[in-house]
Amino acid sequence: MKVLVPVKRVIDANIKVRVKADQSGVETNNVKMAMNPFCEIAVEEAIRMRESGSAEEVIVVAAGTTQAQETLRTGLAMGADRAILIETDVALEPLSVAKLLKAVVDKEDPGIVLMGKQAIDGDNNQTGQMLAALLDWPQGAFASKIENNDGTLRVVREVDAGLETLSMSLPAVLTVDLRLNDPRYASLPNIMKAKRKPLDTVTPADLNVDVTPRVMVVKVDEPPARDAGIIVADVTELVDKLRNEAKVI
Amino acid sequence: MSILVIAEHDNATLSSATFNAISAANQFSGDIHILVAGSDCDSVAGEAANIPGITTVLKADAPEYAHGIAENVAPLIVKLASGYSHVLAAATTAGKNIMPRAAALLDVQQVSEITEVLDNETFVRPIYAGNAMATVRSSDAIKLITIRATSFEAVDAQGGSASIETIEGTGDAGKSTFIDQQVSSSDRPELTTAKVVISGGRGMKSGDNFTMLESIADKLNAAVGASRAAVDAGYVPNDFQVGQTGKVVAPDLYIAVGISGAIQHLAGMKDSKVIVAINNDAEAPIFQVADYGLVADLFDAIPELDKELG
Repeated sequence: MKVLVPVKRVIDANIKVRVKADQSGVETNNVKMAMNPFCEIAVEEAIRMRESGSAEEVIVVAAGTTQAQETLRTGLAMGADRAILIETDVALEPLSVAKLLKAVVDKEDPGIVLMGKQAIDGDNNQTGQMLAALLDWPQGAFASKIENNDGTLRVVREVDAGLETLSMSLPAVLTVDLRLNDPRYASLPNIMKAKRKPLDTVTPADLNVDVTPRVMVVKVDEPPARDAGIIVADVTELVDKLRNEAKVI
Repeated sequence: MSILVIAEHDNATLSSATFNAISAANQFSGDIHILVAGSDCDSVAGEAANIPGITTVLKADAPEYAHGIAENVAPLIVKLASGYSHVLAAATTAGKNIMPRAAALLDVQQVSEITEVLDNETFVRPIYAGNAMATVRSSDAIKLITIRATSFEAVDAQGGSASIETIEGTGDAGKSTFIDQQVSSSDRPELTTAKVVISGGRGMKSGDNFTMLESIADKLNAAVGASRAAVDAGYVPNDFQVGQTGKVVAPDLYIAVGISGAIQHLAGMKDSKVIVAINNDAEAPIFQVADYGLVADLFDAIPELDKELG
């Protein structure tokens, strides 16, 4: 079985983003980029599936600019076998990405698509569910535990009330949550090895997908700032302020 | 045109977030209908019919809707959607699971987790964990939208008299089967709707130490939350998590204890009305958003606070 893992290049999670002065978006020039943290968890899970023998090949796929190759090489260095870049300069929306991924799935025929539940840039949380819909496959969204028993998956999902367990057959799309695993770091030898692993490039036109955006970004603002607070001396003052100034207790 | 709200419920009562979703729907022009897809869900339909502003409750009652399986509910939304200008759901784990599946089937680019409605097609939504706010305009004929519950004040539960219409379902898609749900049981208020939330971070040092927060929570009728660091460290289950990847809360009072204030945590609580931070590191970023900061060892301050509250 092949496992397909879509990955996204985003601003590194530890960097504080800055809104551009012209309000057209956030500053990405000269900003450290990295693989979306949820995608790392998906890559890790896929590699573990191969290591345990339930998968034969792990393919990482990214849709984006030519620089997304770096993110694919990170996935290869973690242990993925080969990579596909769907190259475009268009700022892709989740629906477009889902359509592009469907075209790749149709060609590669994976048994599982494993992907992050959301990217930490757009925070949309849509692409996996959309891909499952377009493929007419089951979806296991926000997975924190995945068991594969001879082609039947048992997926534990993180839901608001606690945990939910679903059973579904393969093929399926799974989106992963934080507690699924701790992704490995790529070792230096593996980073060197990753440079020689195959990386194919296609375009949305090759895949016959129209990626014209539907939702226009009118502007991007800074969030409203909070007024500066005060430091209280002790617990007594704190309780007094909460009772008599803020009146919240 | 009318607006369709997707009700979230447990087949007995509506979730609180549904009342916020209806509030968002009120900002569009048109009648508001609500879809109650469930199993033996008459009481939910009845509850929905009492909500002022709703004209029609659409009830689809079938076993395959008992657990909100996305593969079963999404086709029902697709079947209904052509009669509506907007389809709304709360951005809960249920809404986030179902709505994109319906959107893709309708060839619509969903707009996720909006915090403001500017007009029928223009919305504000946080991006980058709320570190930037994007104003976006949708060109799709039908808008599929999830709303951030804390950004829209809940509507009243009583005073309406909508008609209840029973509709045919779309059957069991046969894709996923519900096995079980492990619900964290607690007598305290729900995290996302509590007026007061007290959260612990890595500074709590152990899960056992959360009993100190629980004691205060009981005195303030508060919910107990946690930072991702505390969840990752295994102190508390994931459903305690407040933040970009957990729950978004906006209580009247949020007390952050031993939480440094990572960007991803702030994203989940910075819209709280009053924020208190208790941390022994005066440089911790949490103090930048706090209305009242107390630089102190939490193991001294929390027992003292407990005593002060009587």
